[in-house]
Amino acid sequence: MSTMKETLVTPIFKNNPIALQILGICSALAVTSSLQVTVVMCIALTLVTAFSNLFISMIRAQIPGSIRIIVQMTIIASLVIVVDQVLKAVAYEISKQLSVFVGLIITNCIVMGRAEAFAMKNPPMPSFIDGIGNGLGYSTVLLSVAFVRELFGSGKLFGMEVLPLVTEGGWYNPNGLLLLPPSAFFLIGGFIWILRSFDKKQVEAPDFRMAKHTAAEEGA
Amino acid sequence: MSKNDGIRKTLLVAFSLCIVCSVVVSTAAVMLKPAQEANKTLDRKRNILAAAGMLEEGASIEEQFAQIQTRVVDLRTGRFTDDVDPASYEPVKAAKDPARSMNLSQEADIAGLGRREDYALVYLAETANGELDKVILPVRGYGLWSTLYGFIALEADGNTVAGLGFYEHGETPGLGGEVDNPRWKAQWPGKQVYRDGEVELALAKGSVDSDSPDARWRVDGLSGATLTSRGVTQLVHFWLGEQGYASFLTNLKAGEA
Repeated sequence: MSTMKETLVTPIFKNNPIALQILGICSALAVTSSLQVTVVMCIALTLVTAFSNLFISMIRAQIPGSIRIIVQMTIIASLVIVVDQVLKAVAYEISKQLSVFVGLIITNCIVMGRAEAFAMKNPPMPSFIDGIGNGLGYSTVLLSVAFVRELFGSGKLFGMEVLPLVTEGGWYNPNGLLLLPPSAFFLIGGFIWILRSFDKKQVEAPDFRMAKHTAAEEGA
Repeated sequence: MSKNDGIRKTLLVAFSLCIVCSVVVSTAAVMLKPAQEANKTLDRKRNILAAAGMLEEGASIEEQFAQIQTRVVDLRTGRFTDDVDPASYEPVKAAKDPARSMNLSQEADIAGLGRREDYALVYLAETANGELDKVILPVRGYGLWSTLYGFIALEADGNTVAGLGFYEHGETPGLGGEVDNPRWKAQWPGKQVYRDGEVELALAKGSVDSDSPDARWRVDGLSGATLTSRGVTQLVHFWLGEQGYASFLTNLKAGEA
């Protein structure tokens, strides 16, 4: 049972898909300007990762090696379309804000990466748990980014006013950069920095070292 | 070579997977279609009510919408018509169809639309005793990044603004995206559209000086969003001008629409 728990918990901080593997950045930039939308996106991605892992793992013994990627894609794509349809039917407002990003879960490297790296080699239950774990790892980063962006970008949390804005007659002058996608880069960078200062093992070995400064030789 | 890699097995897996997946996807799509359609219509009605300032939070949208009548207007003549069915007609789609739309010359196309549909949907709100209360007109036009889609509501005189609201746009959040700011939208009701028969209503550069003689036709510009502000001005000018609803509004006031 302890391995199950490990499969679930490891991807949250120790092996976070965004912070360590730097996967799935696209949607992390795009949907994190408000918490409400982010929560829905996290739930959608966690469900898709978990169930695609489950189904792929169930038929992994039957998948021919030559078409395994396309088989994984087909399963992931079908799940994403179902999620998109359900959102349009039950949470129309939010699905409008998420627009194409639900569809883009198909190309999210986390889903594909877990299917290929874990579900193809492990039995269904651990694969399902691994999907949930990675979904939670993704959610941890997205929710913290969205928290900062919504609070300091529009003075709200979950759409409720926290810092009254100047434009609404309050005192807080919002940081407009935080509402634009690039700001998520800085926040994710900060998240990775903090994470790696606590867990030194995640720090990668440098690709090269700066050579010592040497004085120019005469005539060179 | 493992047992899975033969041609026969590969084809079998591919084929059965496709069948299973397509059944799952189409079942979901068909089962959820009615709910999605209902959401879309409800959202549209909600936006219409909101633009006219008639939306009451909490109350049923269907009930509130009952006092609003949907009619089709032929923009070429400016009169009501029964040529198309308002329930299924989609103006934005029609604007792309050469048979049902008109090409706009460069000078006429101030809102950046390319083509304009021949028929438009208008929404008439009536008072309890059947008199015309408000006219709600769909408008759209290009801002900085995107086409803004919205509604402008006019009082029965066809000249006083009752409200304005956009339901879809992709302008910069915090700058052009402030078209959604309720405090900005609150300036629109009461403004005048026409002066001597010409559309005069426009966004000012900066704030409106309330002492200026033009103040009745001016709304504050959006700060930091010059191009979105210009886009809003242009789309108001286009849709309330000769290419848009001007002749319809004249006919409506004269009781000849």
